[in-house]
Amino acid sequence: MNEVPLTHILFLSTALFFIGAYGLFTRRNMITMLMAIELMLNSVNINFVAFNKYLYADKLDGIFFSIFIITIAAAEAAVAIAIIINLYRSHHSIDVEDATELKY
Amino acid sequence: MSAAAIFFYLIAAFILGTGILAVTTRKIFRASIWLLFSLIGIAALYFWLKLEFLAAVQIIVYVGGIVVLIIFSIFLTIKSGDEMQKPLLVRSIFSALSVIFGAAFIMKLLHKYPFKLNTGKPFELKVSDIGTQMLDTKNFGYLLPFELISMLLLAAMIGCIVIAIKHKETANNLPNQSI
Repeated sequence: MNEVPLTHILFLSTALFFIGAYGLFTRRNMITMLMAIELMLNSVNINFVAFNKYLYADKLDGIFFSIFIITIAAAEAAVAIAIIINLYRSHHSIDVEDATELKY
Repeated sequence: MSAAAIFFYLIAAFILGTGILAVTTRKIFRASIWLLFSLIGIAALYFWLKLEFLAAVQIIVYVGGIVVLIIFSIFLTIKSGDEMQKPLLVRSIFSALSVIFGAAFIMKLLHKYPFKLNTGKPFELKVSDIGTQMLDTKNFGYLLPFELISMLLLAAMIGCIVIAIKHKETANNLPNQSI
């Protein structure tokens, strides 16, 4: 496994992060924006794990950070979906352009 | 190039391809299925890194939990067969440009950076070590974050129920007030 350098794994996570950012910029639907955020969180997890494995092999801190990030992502997705369902009940739409009451 | 390296590049191409499809396809249900495949690819990457515990957590929480939650909310909120409207051309061009320049910038920095690779003992992950260090109060244990995360999860679950609960008296007149 040492024939793949660390830089290539970091390239992969960078590309995944920016794919998620592209989705977040272009989508106007709340559920698809949430999916883009999940992709970005996953790329961060890949970074933590790769640094832990390649640079600090005698420690486990990167693994712990990934586990905590996965947990917080689960809580965040649940809260976000509750908010989206509530918004759909009041506005009959989950487009971010339709929810502008707090904007003006 | 050895078999392990070929596997890595195959997994990377799979993750990136399904990720791109997940953010660009215009049917929302297909987007969620592509996201599912991308997350499975990330679990495969953890298997490739020989982190079986993390791969199992990834499959259980993301594939089994979050994607199913997203699919349920798609069914509850929109007609899943409809195509979403196209993003504005200006917006997609500028976001693609900013994303490409940002990725190129960071990749250039990473390409030059001299990482001090660990050449000591090889990395091995034992689940018992994770458990011991997670519930330890000394030796850089993670007991306090663990308890905080459990409180956060409890608060998030109660908060979800409170937010998404249907109020009988307000449910009837809320749609009239909106927009």
